[in-house]
Amino acid sequence: MINRKAVINVLGLLIFLLLPPLTQLFGQEYLLSLFSRILIYGLAAASLDLILGYGGMVSLGHAVFMGIGGYSVGILAFHSYESTAFMSWPLLISGTENALLVWPVAVLAAAFFGLVTGAICLRTKGMHFIMITLAFAQMAYYFFVSLSTYGGSDGLSLYNRNTMPLFDLGSDVTFYYLCLGILLVFLLMGHRLMQSHFGRVISGCRENEQRVQVLGFASYRYKLACYTFAAAAAGLAGALLANQGEFVSPGLMHWTKSGEIMVMVLLGGMGTLTGPVLGAATLLLMEDFLAMYTEHWMVILGPFLIVVVLFAKRGLYGLLTGAGGRHD
Amino acid sequence: MGCSRVLEADMTDLLLKADGLCKHFGALQVCNNLHLGVEKGELHGLIGPNGAGKTTVLNLISGLLTPDDGKLFLAGCDISRTSVHHRARLGLARAFQVTSLFNSSTVLENLSMAVQAHQGKGFHFWSNAARDRQILEPASAVMERMGLADRGNIPAGSLSHGERRQLEMGMALATQPAMLLLDEPMAGLGPGGSLKLSELISDLKGEITILLVEHDMQAVFSLADRISVLVQGEVVATDTPDAIRKNKLVQEAYLGGT
Repeated sequence: MINRKAVINVLGLLIFLLLPPLTQLFGQEYLLSLFSRILIYGLAAASLDLILGYGGMVSLGHAVFMGIGGYSVGILAFHSYESTAFMSWPLLISGTENALLVWPVAVLAAAFFGLVTGAICLRTKGMHFIMITLAFAQMAYYFFVSLSTYGGSDGLSLYNRNTMPLFDLGSDVTFYYLCLGILLVFLLMGHRLMQSHFGRVISGCRENEQRVQVLGFASYRYKLACYTFAAAAAGLAGALLANQGEFVSPGLMHWTKSGEIMVMVLLGGMGTLTGPVLGAATLLLMEDFLAMYTEHWMVILGPFLIVVVLFAKRGLYGLLTGAGGRHD
Repeated sequence: MGCSRVLEADMTDLLLKADGLCKHFGALQVCNNLHLGVEKGELHGLIGPNGAGKTTVLNLISGLLTPDDGKLFLAGCDISRTSVHHRARLGLARAFQVTSLFNSSTVLENLSMAVQAHQGKGFHFWSNAARDRQILEPASAVMERMGLADRGNIPAGSLSHGERRQLEMGMALATQPAMLLLDEPMAGLGPGGSLKLSELISDLKGEITILLVEHDMQAVFSLADRISVLVQGEVVATDTPDAIRKNKLVQEAYLGGT
């Protein structure tokens, strides 16, 4: 029998590959921006899955890394338009719109914030961990709300997307395929990572951290490395999102956004990596579709979510691949 | 701290030495100026009535608890303030009273984790752990030794109670420790399971230094080279099994005069 999971994955990939020509065929090009957002949120949700689903670290502040990634794009672009420097001491950093510079900055900034806050958060467990990740995220949120230079609570608008050699990011189709490529690379990397020796230790921490320590692993370092990696990926998602919408605001890192990403992970299937992408697609499509009929679309989405979480252990992805089943 | 992994070459008489350990939980003094010496290569039994603090002693030794006072030496090296994982790397392995396994992972995966810990392979991000022969081979060897050879692909959570005990001990063993801390390995086992585990332990005797906490008196007295008796957080006697049997103090405090 052919592996059902492989069939689902290939089918999913085919659909994503064919979406741009299909939207053109049906003259629904405007949908492409929605599909791009699905890919970007899929990246963010998959990165959260690394720490939530595999590592058992329930973070309610994951959106903050998206926000930092997004603001890296926004702030550097802002200084580029104004022809001013972001900072002049100790080294001169001027604004830029070059994606090859800006995106790595976004990734590094998010990773750094993840490393510093993670070093503190990971000293706690369970409910305390949830609360402290939330607290850090809200701190960052209010920090950016109060930054009036960069638009405060109104956020920053970009005149156009970042530039990149060979790729015209201004074209929605190119941008879509770039997002898809980045997401695929991340999924492959995440998959390898979670099957590696490192991934074994991370999964072990979720199941029985004391045992991991008694065996001789410094679990804290492993979790911090995983947390930082997830933060970096979310930072990249933020940079992409800022480019996609040509806009960035503190709302991107509000805790409701973190909750939304967590819902995507739960809906798609925790600890599956590909599941959260499906979760992102389901949530965003339902949101878009239901909002056409009623402004109270949450009334339908809520119960749907409860049913999935209650009856499918590994979310929608688990249902599709047959690895699901009910909770024990 | 110049601690390094305990090697055969370190010919210290006492592999483990507890020097006046104290630990209290609130008003309850669980460990009270405890002195304990475990010689290299011996199987040292630790017995005592319920609530004497046996598990606390093991927790202090493995580092899950920090002593309020006193010092702990492993092969002459002060480990009183060393972290849990570092003590494990130095050669202390622990099998828990309530089995502590990765329940959704298979028997082989559980043992692989232990082997991986011993080999110090943690920050390998790319190679597939499930296909690492350097890990699979020792893990399979331990599996065989523990009598779990045909259970390799079964999740630890689906094993029988006795098998879980065997795996628990195998996990400790797979880290190739200098010293094994066994916390009531026979608890809750039927006569058959008890016997099997006794055999496994006596098979390890001489090869690894073992500190055995056990309620099954018959097992302890037949397995141990020396026995320490713990009463209210203090070691009241350490001697050979025969001498412990005859010790008046022990009989009063623990065996109820029988």
